[in-house]
Amino acid sequence: MVSTSSTGPLTPVLTDNWDVEQSWKLSSYAGRGGYEAVDVALGMAPDDVIAAVKDSGLRGRGGAGFPTGMKWSFIPQDNPNPKYLVVNADESEPGTCKDIPLMMANPHVLVEGVIISSYAIRANKAFIYVRGEVLHVIRRVQAAVAEAYAAGHLGKDIHGTGYDLDVVVHAGAGAYICGEETALLEGLEGRRGQPRLRPPFPAVAGLYASPTVINNVESIASVPAIIKNGADWFSSMGTEKSKGHGIFSLSGHVERPGQYEAPLGITLRELLDLAGGVRAGHELKFWTPGGSSTPLLTPEHLDVPLDFEGVGAAGSMLGTRALQIFDETVCVIRAVLRWTEFYKHESCGKCTPCREGTWWLVQALTRLEHGDGGEADLDQLLDQCDNILGRAFCALGDGATSPISSSVKYFRDEYLAHLSHGGCPFDPARSTAWAQAEVTA
Amino acid sequence: MSEKSVERSDEVTLTIDGVEVSVPKDTLVIRAAEQIGVTIPRFCDHPLLAPAGACRQCLVDVPDAGNGRGFPKPQASCTLPVAEGMVVNTQATSEMADKAQRGVMELLLVNHPLDCPICDKGGECPLQNQAMSNGMGESRFSDARNHGVKRTFPKPINLSPNILLDRERCIVCQRCTRFAAEIPGDPFIALVERGADQQIGIAEDAPFLSYFAGNVIQICPVGALTSEEYRFRSRPYDLVSTPAVAEHDACGSAIRVDHRRGKVMRRLAGNAPEVNEEWITDKDRFAFTYATADDRLTHPQVRGEDGRLRAASWTEAFVVAARGLAAAKAAGGVGVLTGGRLVAEDAYAYSKFARVVLGTNDIDFRARPHSAEEAAFLAAHVALAAPTDGGVSYDDLESATTVVLAGLDPEDEAGAIFLRLRKSIRVGGTEVVAIAPFTSRGLRKLSARLLPTAPGGEAGALAGLADELDRSAVVLVGERLATVPGALTAAADLAARSGARLAWVPRRAGDRGALETGCLPNLLPGGRPVADATARVDVATAWGVEHLPENVGRDAEQIVSAAVAGELGGLVIGGVDPIDTADPAATRAAIAAAGFVVALDLRSSEVTEAADVVFPVAAVAEKPGMFVNWEGRPGTFEAAMHVAGALPDLRALAGIAQEMGVPLGFGTIHEARAEMMSVGPWDGERSKLVEPVATTEVSTGSTTRGAEVRLATWKQSIDNGRMQDGDKYLHATARPPVALLPPDLYDAHGPTVTLTGDRGSVTLPSAVAADMVPGTVWVPANSFGSGVLSDLASPGSTVTISGGQA
Repeated sequence: MVSTSSTGPLTPVLTDNWDVEQSWKLSSYAGRGGYEAVDVALGMAPDDVIAAVKDSGLRGRGGAGFPTGMKWSFIPQDNPNPKYLVVNADESEPGTCKDIPLMMANPHVLVEGVIISSYAIRANKAFIYVRGEVLHVIRRVQAAVAEAYAAGHLGKDIHGTGYDLDVVVHAGAGAYICGEETALLEGLEGRRGQPRLRPPFPAVAGLYASPTVINNVESIASVPAIIKNGADWFSSMGTEKSKGHGIFSLSGHVERPGQYEAPLGITLRELLDLAGGVRAGHELKFWTPGGSSTPLLTPEHLDVPLDFEGVGAAGSMLGTRALQIFDETVCVIRAVLRWTEFYKHESCGKCTPCREGTWWLVQALTRLEHGDGGEADLDQLLDQCDNILGRAFCALGDGATSPISSSVKYFRDEYLAHLSHGGCPFDPARSTAWAQAEVTA
Repeated sequence: MSEKSVERSDEVTLTIDGVEVSVPKDTLVIRAAEQIGVTIPRFCDHPLLAPAGACRQCLVDVPDAGNGRGFPKPQASCTLPVAEGMVVNTQATSEMADKAQRGVMELLLVNHPLDCPICDKGGECPLQNQAMSNGMGESRFSDARNHGVKRTFPKPINLSPNILLDRERCIVCQRCTRFAAEIPGDPFIALVERGADQQIGIAEDAPFLSYFAGNVIQICPVGALTSEEYRFRSRPYDLVSTPAVAEHDACGSAIRVDHRRGKVMRRLAGNAPEVNEEWITDKDRFAFTYATADDRLTHPQVRGEDGRLRAASWTEAFVVAARGLAAAKAAGGVGVLTGGRLVAEDAYAYSKFARVVLGTNDIDFRARPHSAEEAAFLAAHVALAAPTDGGVSYDDLESATTVVLAGLDPEDEAGAIFLRLRKSIRVGGTEVVAIAPFTSRGLRKLSARLLPTAPGGEAGALAGLADELDRSAVVLVGERLATVPGALTAAADLAARSGARLAWVPRRAGDRGALETGCLPNLLPGGRPVADATARVDVATAWGVEHLPENVGRDAEQIVSAAVAGELGGLVIGGVDPIDTADPAATRAAIAAAGFVVALDLRSSEVTEAADVVFPVAAVAEKPGMFVNWEGRPGTFEAAMHVAGALPDLRALAGIAQEMGVPLGFGTIHEARAEMMSVGPWDGERSKLVEPVATTEVSTGSTTRGAEVRLATWKQSIDNGRMQDGDKYLHATARPPVALLPPDLYDAHGPTVTLTGDRGSVTLPSAVAADMVPGTVWVPANSFGSGVLSDLASPGSTVTISGGQA
C-alpha cells in the first residue's frame, strides 16, 4: 500500500522502488511483493481482470487517454487468430522521459503488467517494442524478461496455472513515427514504419492481421498495482474522469528536474514546488504539458489541473505529462523552430501535408527567426498550420503545428519583435545550463 | 455470380453536395461523387488499386457520417466507404473541403519542380491539370516573399534498364509501388528514406524487372517515371492517339497508339474493363519499333532472270505472281501458310484466296508444332465460342472457383489472363491449378497448386481432375498441348464429364481470327466444317462460286512435307518465320523445293529471301483490322496512321486474284470485314472430336536412362521474337536464358549444362527449380540462338544433359 502522507502530494507506485539498491533486479522487485499480482490475476477469470481495469478508470498513459480496460474488451474473442499484446515503448516525443527511466529502474513492473494484461486478453505472445536508440534500456528489459523466464513468471505453465506466455523484446530502428501504433505494428512485422489505414483497427486486425492490444509502457505497468490493491484504490487517486497516478516528467529550467509520480489533476504550481521551482533568479515563460506536440501553456496556466479534462479545457492536451519548463531567457521562436526541425526530420513521408508542410514550416520559421518578412508572414504561417492540422494521415502532422500555432497565440509580440529587430533579440547563451557560470566567471 | 447480384442490390443512399445518390455498399465516397458528376481531385487514388489515403488531395467535409454525427476534420474520400444517410460536401459546396484541397495542392507543389513546359508529362499531367482546376494558381512557397528552397536529387535513376525515375518530380503517391506489389506481384520498387527525402527506390541487387513494369509510367500522376525510349522525345499534344488492339498475344488487350508524323512514338494501355482493364504487358507497350526496322520491305520484288530479287511495280508483281501460281496450281497445287499474326480480315482473304483462287483446302495458320487432333479440337470446341455466346470470358476467370491451366504459363504467354487471375486470387477468389512441370515464377505469383506433370503427361493429369471440378471451374488449354497426343481430347473429355468450361488460349493475336475465318484445312469461314456439304454450299453461295474443294486439306506440316516431296507446285506464305515451325529445316527445304513461292511480309526474312515474288504489307498500326482474342471477342480498330504504299495483305491477294481472273470481291479491310460478317457464323452441326487418340504414357518417376531427360519449353514474354526487335531497353528486361533443373540434376551437372538433342546442342547457365518433375529440364523456347526447335530438339523429343563448359 502506498502511503501518501510521507510523500506529500506524490503517490509513488511505479517509481516507489527507484531508490532501492539494484531496483531493476528480480530479487529486489520480488522482495517488495513483486509478481504477487500475477497470482491474483491468474486466479481470476480473464474477463474479471478486464473488468477490474475498467473499474479502475485507468486511461492510456501514452497520451491519448483512451480507457485501457475498454480497449481490451474490444478484442473479439471469437476470432480464431492468436491475440497479441504489444507494449509501445517507443518513447520518442521531445520532452517525454517517463517510460525510459521506468524501464531502467523498474523493468519488472512492466513485465508483470505484461503477464496480467496478456492473460486478460487471452494472448500467449506479447511484444515490447523499445525505441531503438536506447540500447541500455533494451538490454535492461531483455535482462528482466530473461530473469522472469528463469523464475517461471514467463514461458509455459506460469505459476502452475497452465497459462503460457512468451515475451519478445523488439528493438526499434529509430523512427519517431513508430510510436504511432499502426506504424509500430508495421515495423514489428519487418516493414517500413508508416501508419496504416484504419479501419481495420488493431483490435480486429493488428499484428499479423490478428486481434492486437497496443498499450503504453506506463499503462501496462500500472496494471499490477490495480490488480493487487483493487480498482477502488486506484480510482481513489486523481480526478473524476482522470483516475490514478501518473509520472510527471519535469525538465528544462527547473531546479530539480526528474520524474514525479502524482495523482492526475496535480498542478504545475504544486509540481514546481516539489522540484524546487524554476531555475533560480528566473521566472517561468512557457511550458509544454505533454511533450512538444501539445500546445504551449504559459504562467497563467500554473493552476490548471493536470488531467485530461483540465489541460484540454486550457486549449492543450495532457499528452505524456512531459513538462518542459522554459524561463524568460528562451526565445520562443528558437524553441519552436527546433521542434519543427524535429518533426521535419521525423515525418515518415507518407502523406502530403506532413511531409511537405514540415519542409516548408522549417523554412518559414527560419526566416522569421532571422527577422525576415512582415506581419503578413505570421498570418501565412498560421494558414500553413491550418492546411496541415487535421489534414494529415496521422497525428504527427497535427503535432507539428501545435507548438507553432500556440506560440503565435501567446507570443505574437515576440514574433513581431524579431521582425522589427531584424533578428532574434535574445542571447541564446543566457538560456543554457552554463549561463550562470559564465556570468560569475 | 449470384452473390454479385445480391451485392449489387445492396444499395446505400447518401447525399453528396445536396444531391441524393444510391450506390452499392462499400463504394468509396470519391467514386460515389463521380456518379453525380463531381470529380474530387486525387493522386494516390486509383480504382484498380487498394486505397492508400496518402496524398490527402481528396479531402471532403462529412457533416454526417450516417449516424447523426459528423467528422470534425475533413476526410479522405478515397478511403471512406459510403454509409446510409451520410452527408458529404465536396469542394463544390464546402468551403472547408475547398480550402483543405487547395492547401494540400499547394503543399504538393512545395517540392515539385514547376517546369511543366520541359516535362514529358506536361499537357497530360494530373498534377498540372488539377493544380489548374483545384489549386491556387500561384505558389506561395516559391514566391518573392518565401524564396522557398526545394529538395533536389541528382537525376535520374534507373529503376530497371527500361524505366527511369526523376525523384524530384515524384509526389510519392505510391501508385507505382502499390501497382508493383498488388497487380503483377513484382514488389521490386519500394519507398525508401523518409519525410521530404522519401523516394521510390530499388534494392541494389533487384531492379524493377517485371513484364508489366511500364504500367507505372502510365499511372504516375506526374512526370517522375519515363521510359528510355520515349523520354524527352515528344509532347503529348503533338501526338495523334488512336485506340487499337495489341498484336503481341491472344489477349486482345486494348491499347492506345500515339504517333507523330508517320511514326509511332509510344503505346499506352487502353481502358477495357472486360478485357485487360487498364494494364498491358511491356511487350504490348514497348515492342512496336519492329515496324520501322531497317529491313522493312517497302516495295514488291520479283525474282529476275539472274535468279536475284529485284524491285518491281505492284502491277508487275501481281502479273508475275498470278502466272507463277497458276502454273503451280496446275503442277500439283499451292499450299497456303498464313502465320498467326494476321488481322481477321486478312486471314479471311487468305482463306477465300486458297479456296476460290487456288482451289485448295491446303491452308494452315499454325506456324508452330501442331497436330490433326488439334485441328479437330479447334473445329469441335473452339470455333465460334464467344463471351456473348456462353463462352469463357475474363470475368469468368475472376469468378471461377478453380481455373485449371494446361500447356499455358499465363505470365509468359498471356499477360492479361495472368493479371486477371491474380486479381481474383488476391481477394481469395479463384484457385489456380497448374498442370506443369514445375512452379514457374508466374505460377508462384498465382499461388497455383501444381500438379507436377512431365511434358507428355498432360492428358493423364487432365483426366485425373474429373472428380475435382464442376461447372464453376474453367479449364484453359494452351496451344502447346497440340504437341501432346491425347491432351486436347482429354481436356474436352474433362469438360464434358465435370461440367467445367473450356477455353483454348493460343499465343498469337491472329490465331483465333484465323481459326474463325477458316485458315485451317478442315474449316471454312464461320466455323463451317469442310467435310460438311451443306457448309460448303453455304460458303460457295456466299462467295458466288460453283463449288468449293471438298476434301479436307493438308495441314502446315503436311504442306511442308508435300512441298519437300515435290507434290505441291507452290506456296503462298504470309508472315511465317521458319524457326517457329515444328521442323525449321524442313520448312526451309519446302520453300527451296517448291516450284513457286509468293511471300507477303513486313520485313525481309528467310522466306522473302527465298521467294519468287515478295509483297510488302502494312504493319498493324498502318491499317484497320480486327483481332479476335482467346475469348472469341472481336476487337476492331482503325489505322493509327496512313503510310504511303503500306497495304494490307488482302490488297496484294486481291491484286493477284484479279490477275488470275478470279476476283476476290474486296480490296479494303472494311470491304472484307463487311463480306466476312455477311457470311456469318455456321449454325449447322459441329464436327465432333470423337476419334480416339492414343495417349502416350509418360511416367513421372525418374526412369530416364542415363543422362537422357525430357525437355519442357515455352516462349518467355520477352525473348528473341522478331516483333520485339528495335527496343534494346525492352530487350534488356528479358529474363536471361537459364536451364531449370530438378535438384538432383543440378547437383550432378552443376551451374552450366550442355543439352544435346536431335537438332543440336546448347550450353546454358542452369538453376534449380525445386519442384521440377524428376528427369525433366526446362529451357526458354526462343531466348538463345535460333531457338529450341532449330538448335536443340524436335517437339516432344528427349535430350541428353551433361555438365557444360562455361
